Amino acid sequence: MTSQKTPSTKTEKTASKQKLRGIIDYQTITSVSGPLLLVEGVEGVKYEELVEIFLPSGERRRGRVLEVNQDKALIQVFEGSAGIGIGQTRVRFLGKGITLGVSEELLGRVFDGLGRPRDGSPPLIPEEFRDINGLPINPYARSYPNEFIQTGISCIDGLNTLVRGQKLPLFSGSGLPHNRMAAQIVRQARILGAEEEFAVVFGAMGITFEEAQFFIDDFRRTGALERAVLFLNLADDPAIERIATPRVVFTAAEYLAFTKDYHVLVILTDITNYCEALREISAARKEIPGRRGYPGYLYTDLATIYERSGRIKGSEGSITLIPILTMPEDDKTHPIPDLTGYITEGQIILSRTLHHKNVSPPVDVLPSLSRLKDKGIGAGKTREDHADLFNQLYAAYARGKEAAELAVILGEAALTDIDKQFMGFAESFERRYVSQDEYEDRTISETLDLGWELLIMLPRAEMKRVRDENLVKYYDKAAAKFKKSEEKHAS
Amino acid sequence: MNRAEDVGRILKVSGPLVVAEGMGTSRMYDVVKVSEKRLIGEIIGLEGKRASIQVYEDTGGIGPGEPVYPTHDPLSVELGPGLVAAIYDGIQRPLSDIAARTGSFISRGVEIPALPRERRWNFVPQVKKGQKVTVGDILGTVSETVLIEHRIMVPPDLSGEIVEIKKGMFTVEDTVAVIKDKDGKKVNLTMMQRWPVRRPRPYKRKHAPYEILSTGQRVIDTFYPLCKGGTACVPGPFGSGKTVIQHQLAKWADAEVIIYVGCGERGNEMTDVLIEFPELADPKSGEPLMKRTVLIANTSNMPVAAREASVYTGITIAEYFRDMGYSVALMADSTSRWAEAMREISGRLEEMPGEEGYPAYLSARIAEFYERAGLVECLGSDDRRGALSVIGAVSPPGGDLSDPVVQATLRVVKVFWSLEANLAYARHFPAISWLRSYSLYTPSVAESVRETLGAKFLEDSKEAMRLLQEEDELAEIVRLIGIDALSPKERLIMEAARSIREDFLHQNAFHEIDTYASLDKQAKMLSAVLRYYREARKALDAGADLDDLIELPVREKIARTRYIPEGDRERIPKIEEEVVEAISSLKRKEEVTS
Repeated sequence: MTSQKTPSTKTEKTASKQKLRGIIDYQTITSVSGPLLLVEGVEGVKYEELVEIFLPSGERRRGRVLEVNQDKALIQVFEGSAGIGIGQTRVRFLGKGITLGVSEELLGRVFDGLGRPRDGSPPLIPEEFRDINGLPINPYARSYPNEFIQTGISCIDGLNTLVRGQKLPLFSGSGLPHNRMAAQIVRQARILGAEEEFAVVFGAMGITFEEAQFFIDDFRRTGALERAVLFLNLADDPAIERIATPRVVFTAAEYLAFTKDYHVLVILTDITNYCEALREISAARKEIPGRRGYPGYLYTDLATIYERSGRIKGSEGSITLIPILTMPEDDKTHPIPDLTGYITEGQIILSRTLHHKNVSPPVDVLPSLSRLKDKGIGAGKTREDHADLFNQLYAAYARGKEAAELAVILGEAALTDIDKQFMGFAESFERRYVSQDEYEDRTISETLDLGWELLIMLPRAEMKRVRDENLVKYYDKAAAKFKKSEEKHAS
Repeated sequence: MNRAEDVGRILKVSGPLVVAEGMGTSRMYDVVKVSEKRLIGEIIGLEGKRASIQVYEDTGGIGPGEPVYPTHDPLSVELGPGLVAAIYDGIQRPLSDIAARTGSFISRGVEIPALPRERRWNFVPQVKKGQKVTVGDILGTVSETVLIEHRIMVPPDLSGEIVEIKKGMFTVEDTVAVIKDKDGKKVNLTMMQRWPVRRPRPYKRKHAPYEILSTGQRVIDTFYPLCKGGTACVPGPFGSGKTVIQHQLAKWADAEVIIYVGCGERGNEMTDVLIEFPELADPKSGEPLMKRTVLIANTSNMPVAAREASVYTGITIAEYFRDMGYSVALMADSTSRWAEAMREISGRLEEMPGEEGYPAYLSARIAEFYERAGLVECLGSDDRRGALSVIGAVSPPGGDLSDPVVQATLRVVKVFWSLEANLAYARHFPAISWLRSYSLYTPSVAESVRETLGAKFLEDSKEAMRLLQEEDELAEIVRLIGIDALSPKERLIMEAARSIREDFLHQNAFHEIDTYASLDKQAKMLSAVLRYYREARKALDAGADLDDLIELPVREKIARTRYIPEGDRERIPKIEEEVVEAISSLKRKEEVTS
């Protein structure tokens, strides 16, 4: 087989190409629409490649290749397309993906949404550069998250237990105190019996200056700032940059956790803004939209972010993720909370009704869930009665809420005695168990004992979810203690 | 390896979709290797010499001009000893070997054979030299695990006379038999076959399923049973326990081989299976459950296109074990992620979308998939039968059952286990709605259930369902007017239904005993629960006080029958006797006082 060589008769396609130290600059932008640029006549461009864009004003922006079709490349500009003109703007393909330089010096620093210093200090000297897209964790190499994290918040520790390596989002709404709750978790989270503290990687996407400042101040006050890395893309920063922010966050977190053995707590806020940026790109590309205009690949996209948390066999570190999202119109079936719930290992839902009733934190206990709790609790981890206790608390609270609903319609008199008892239980449960001060740090045994203290309001025969030995050991003990204190009061 | 003119060139890269030219010698669904990184892809469209390729690995850094190498083979799986207890990705690459080679993260372009090539298996021949064999006949067996005897079969499209048959230790690539086919050509057979995943494996004929596939889950076995060879779906919003149900079925279903496909779901769930299954004992044999399980894991962060392939990989492996004459159950969690992968590829191909952006062929693909289940007479001269049951989880957006994937699935499956968020919030698990679910197999299994458990169980199950339905209607009245509007008889129905729900249907998957209930234990528990209702009803007619009946302490014992170990289940009828005794002593007391 001889391949015939055709002499290269092609002249350079465009005069606008300039050769600069072996890197080609193109001035062949043919269309600009929203945050997208189309560059023609390109050669050797790769999918997902990092791009630099030089504006006539001397400004330099960054983008990435979204699609490449023969000699046409579609580019997404992180900082938006304002000021980009056809014919004057130069585009340079850098031959690599977007990377983040990582080293332990990350801790204590503040960066922008693409990983450039924002705190006025010089750029750090990286140990290595990592592609921000990362690689999928091999499920075979994962180690199952089962170490209990005590957050000191009863409705998390007792009912929706968080474990190391879990991803547990806060589903909230505008105006609800999700930031305070997240800050409380960062403040109080600890592993029982271990002294090491969590390193915090904080990613802000489109939140306001005030919200970001709240976290920074709280981190500073508690000393968490020294072991924190912050990536801030605020509301007035370029929206498209947000698409890179969670990936940059996880690149830093993976480095700290799996290379440097830190236990990392990642806070991402607000996922809703991230998804909206994604929708903007999808709309600009004229893709067929899925539900509510969000792209059909939203699930996959979110999964490639969230699934980067976890634990890996043979590595000391872990990544625990708490993403925060505000549900539009408090609607849990909106695509963002819906798809998030399908990926994360549970959810903590904040309720506006409870917030109005002055229950704080206003956690809606019934639809909240931690999927990994079962392996993180029990003898040796928390206490042997934990599983029975929370099952019983849930069942009793659900029945109490049902009775309360009935009472609203028919009046309390229409309830049976037992239903009245359940209703009373539900009220005390919200007031004493769910409610807790922002600075109150309850130990796990305090939380569990409080649960039994509430359950003795109900007859023993109703404790159907509790096995016999725990009934004797805990229910009867709590009941006896209560009786004793009653008698003391009486005498 | 490839002739130069066969090699194509990339024109376009858009996410997992690559378009290449110069692919004239390739056919639809052929596997290709993309770029020098040799990423695995599959041709999903041809137009002239131009091919659309879905790539099973991340395409970052790939660009126009790079080569595409054809293999001229369709996407296939390797079938043979070594499958059991393995964990594969969506295109049957062993994840354990990938981890050994590339570490904790999956890098690209890894090529590792699915079946271990070094390992030797003890091949025990079942045929003799000179014997005539036909397609599907068992040449010999390999004891793969304690639970699975791997039957090496004559591959499809082959029959003839055994010229040579070996005995002893061989690898999957060694020749174990030589067959002279009808044209007189000698064919060397190994223990390994290859089969294209998108083509169903052949069988002699299909039969209607009739035997119950017991799952140890009370609400399923008693009310909405599944058959060996049947199909079921579990749709539900997030947090309603789809995955727990799938895991429970994988653990306790009365099948000989389990194929678990984690399609676009959480990585930790697969890890959970990997850690738990080797430790859990099969209720029948006492052996670790892992020894009858094959795992396919294409988690949500792994490439989308391979997710699309993973369900086909899974079901082809399942069919292979079915062909050996086993009862196989396949769990796919979740088929919605598979459908979404189809949607994403379809969108990139710029196909005209059907409902919700899903491709117009969505329901056809779903139907084809579930139709690969069934009770079949396998190929081969013996009349062995194999069954393949398929249970698919569906994750509709917002739990909305009008979702196209749910609707397309409901049109083909025979069992519908409807998961409800409200039940899950009240921690009533499994959160399978007893009013909205259905099983079209209830009449089919009646006969076999009657033979094993007796007619009483069938009557009890009907009676329990009737009580639950009456409760639903009465609850409506209570909501409107209050409990006082009900007569004592009606209040007793409410109590009995509550007992059915809380003491029988509710089942704790994480409790070491409650997690599994044999059919016999289920029958005994239900009998005790209903006995209370029947006796109380009689007592009520005889003038007993309702509150006394409701407050009987013996009811606590009924509630605790779930914690009675399988070995002690004879204690349950004794509790039932205590119920009768307690109620009649109540009656006697009344007589004395009156």
